[in-house]
Amino acid sequence: MSLFRILKSYWETLTRPSRYFSLAFLTMGGFIAGIIFWGGFNTALEITNTEKFCISCHEMRDNVYAELKSTIHYTNRSGVRATCPDCHVPHNWTDKIARKMQASKEVWGKIFGTISTREKFLEKRFELASHEWERLEANDSLECRNCHDFTYMDFTQQSPRAADHHARLLATGEKTCIDCHKGIAHQLPDMAQKN
Amino acid sequence: MRSQNRQGLMKPVRHAAFLLALIVTASMVPALVSFAEDPTATLREAEISVNKEAPRMGRITNNDLRQARNYPEQPPLIPHKIRGYQVDKNSNRCLTCHSRSAVEQSQAPMISVTHYMDRDNQVRATVSARRYFCNQCHVPQTDAKPLVENTFVDVDTLLNR
Repeated sequence: MSLFRILKSYWETLTRPSRYFSLAFLTMGGFIAGIIFWGGFNTALEITNTEKFCISCHEMRDNVYAELKSTIHYTNRSGVRATCPDCHVPHNWTDKIARKMQASKEVWGKIFGTISTREKFLEKRFELASHEWERLEANDSLECRNCHDFTYMDFTQQSPRAADHHARLLATGEKTCIDCHKGIAHQLPDMAQKN
Repeated sequence: MRSQNRQGLMKPVRHAAFLLALIVTASMVPALVSFAEDPTATLREAEISVNKEAPRMGRITNNDLRQARNYPEQPPLIPHKIRGYQVDKNSNRCLTCHSRSAVEQSQAPMISVTHYMDRDNQVRATVSARRYFCNQCHVPQTDAKPLVENTFVDVDTLLNR
């Protein structure tokens, strides 16, 4: 009963006009506080969206990051490279927030050591990989297409084999990138489990 | 008397040893000369203390054109890049295109039926374990210049001689 009374008094205060603070102070104060909170939130979010943050955990550094290092997405002739969030976090804001909320489960996994050893990681690898394949199949390989835009692909510069496959399967929408290009940045789990 | 005898015996032994050493040294001289001349004897061609610049790496042939085989049993060469292809217990990247069920989509040549046979020539449902590691026999080519001339003659040329 007393809790209800406290809530009611707060509500009455909030619904009444301000007695001591000017309108300008309240609007400007609200605006500045908004910038600080929103900026702080986004900055913190962007810090979690860096490779440095990802590989600050040994689970990432010793497994998936170690495997990435020898692939073309890490080192190549022109030096353009993909970092973890380029492929694993959607760039679009709402999708990014949705993915970040999902990632809270990864914090849980970190605390309880779900993949704290190489053995545990390999044991769980197929499941983890499947999540990523499903995500990319569902969004038509959006994270691939952030860099590899089909519209600007020059088939004459591709090997005949690649040009044929892209014309036959990708252009028609029959397949999406991830259908064929699995295991290009990390090693594949036991694929027999897929069938 | 005894000591004289021993000395008498030792003398020819010492002579023989000296002769042998001479022969061995003499026989090594042409070998050493050829070692320096023959570029195939060593790829280093510099003093061990010198850090020689490494030769340029060849570029992988990636034209997707099948090459003639030098003899019928020759494993076909891979006419494309295979960088980072995973072939292990978990997965076989080559088979994602070249396996029996994948060729319709990939239009790649299917691995021959011999790959499905076990050691008793029984055809199995999947690739035989002894044929699983593709790179044991199949290799891509680079544009590197050969170090030595190849004198191989194929059977057709031989029959026409």
